[in-house]
Amino acid sequence: MQDRYLRHLALPDFGPEQQKKLAESSVLVVGAGGLGSPALLYLAAAGIGTIGIADPDVVSLSNLQRQVLFREADLGESKVEKAAEQISLLNSEIRVKTHFLRLNAENVEATLSDYELVIDGTDNFPTRYLLNDACVLFGKTYIYGSIYQYEGQVAVFNALRTDKSRGPNYRDLFPAPPPPEAVPDCAEGGVLGILPGIIGTLQASEAIKVLAGIGEPLDGKLWILDAADMTSRKMTISARPETAINKLIDYQLFCGHQPLKDSQNLRVKQLKNWMQTSRPHRLIDVRTAEEYQENHLESENIPLDTLDKHIQAFKKSPQDIVFYCQTGMRSKRALELLYKHNLKKGFYHLEGGIEAWQSYSESD
Amino acid sequence: MNVNILAFGITKEILGSRSLNLDLPLDNGATVEDLREYLFEKYPELKKLNSLGIAQGTVYAQDDDRLNPAEEIALIPPVSGG
Repeated sequence: MQDRYLRHLALPDFGPEQQKKLAESSVLVVGAGGLGSPALLYLAAAGIGTIGIADPDVVSLSNLQRQVLFREADLGESKVEKAAEQISLLNSEIRVKTHFLRLNAENVEATLSDYELVIDGTDNFPTRYLLNDACVLFGKTYIYGSIYQYEGQVAVFNALRTDKSRGPNYRDLFPAPPPPEAVPDCAEGGVLGILPGIIGTLQASEAIKVLAGIGEPLDGKLWILDAADMTSRKMTISARPETAINKLIDYQLFCGHQPLKDSQNLRVKQLKNWMQTSRPHRLIDVRTAEEYQENHLESENIPLDTLDKHIQAFKKSPQDIVFYCQTGMRSKRALELLYKHNLKKGFYHLEGGIEAWQSYSESD
Repeated sequence: MNVNILAFGITKEILGSRSLNLDLPLDNGATVEDLREYLFEKYPELKKLNSLGIAQGTVYAQDDDRLNPAEEIALIPPVSGG
């Protein structure tokens, strides 16, 4: 059995004791996507005893450009299930747990309770601040990684030090989140497929260093990379006294999102039902003209950045209006924009966007 | 004061360049906060980020840190992709 870890055991500063530490450790990977894929594979290969995977999504075609855990045959399947299957095949000696959910302030404490370390592979600011604050409040090490186009950032936050104190956290780096429209996400800004591979692998590497007690993890440090020209930089971060975290808050609101009603989220099944029953509605694609040209549902195209010109017309619309985009992030922002103009009733967005539509099967 | 600035993430688009050499109308006692205010005035889009990290050399600077023209400045915005 120990043959599996021979190359670990041959390392200087790494012996049976370190391997045992890994076997006794527990890690939660939040987001089984671009960052989570390589992280999960390497954590499983390294023999982390308990690995949890949290993700609310299913596999879609545009994931395969970077989410290397998944295969074409997995389209439409739950990411946590497929990821668990893959890493269990890689290492049958570890325990794998799945959490098919979107983390929020209500469920985060219970979900984190079985783990000592959290790897952040999420793709949005509200969940990142939620994870950071939860890790600070509940005493977990938080391995941060984030990407943008050709660039990535990695850090080890809230690290436990020998004097039992904890290192700086994400709020010491960025105390306040940018407003929703200020920083494009991967769907809008694009991302080089291999970039999350690099950053997610480094997150796993930092996790293994922390758990085995080897090397010098990025505690109190931020490492940034621009893969376009291979500029990288490691810098020291200090704690800011003004960023004390006392309780969990409403992270959607904190990140500038409007308090939309759940009933404004339309699932693929509901929209299909509207179409089949000829319920009158107007379907609007809020992606760019280029994306619309690439593929679209039977709909009009009003890109998000031009939507404000149509507010008056929307006010007079006799039909319900449904926005959709690639993954549901921009269509949600369309609803938020309308919310600011006091337009709520009769406006919906398609949850999961065109990707959810394409991977939908009748059995769902 | 003359400083070299390296832009990461969305700040690259806002500045219109990867690296910039800026002649600042600031004295030797100027702080990181002074630089931030200058940049906000010159590039209002930077202010909209709410959080903008400024590193001097290998240190993620605090607002009251003295500006050191010998060190390269890096602008580090939050990014959320995963």
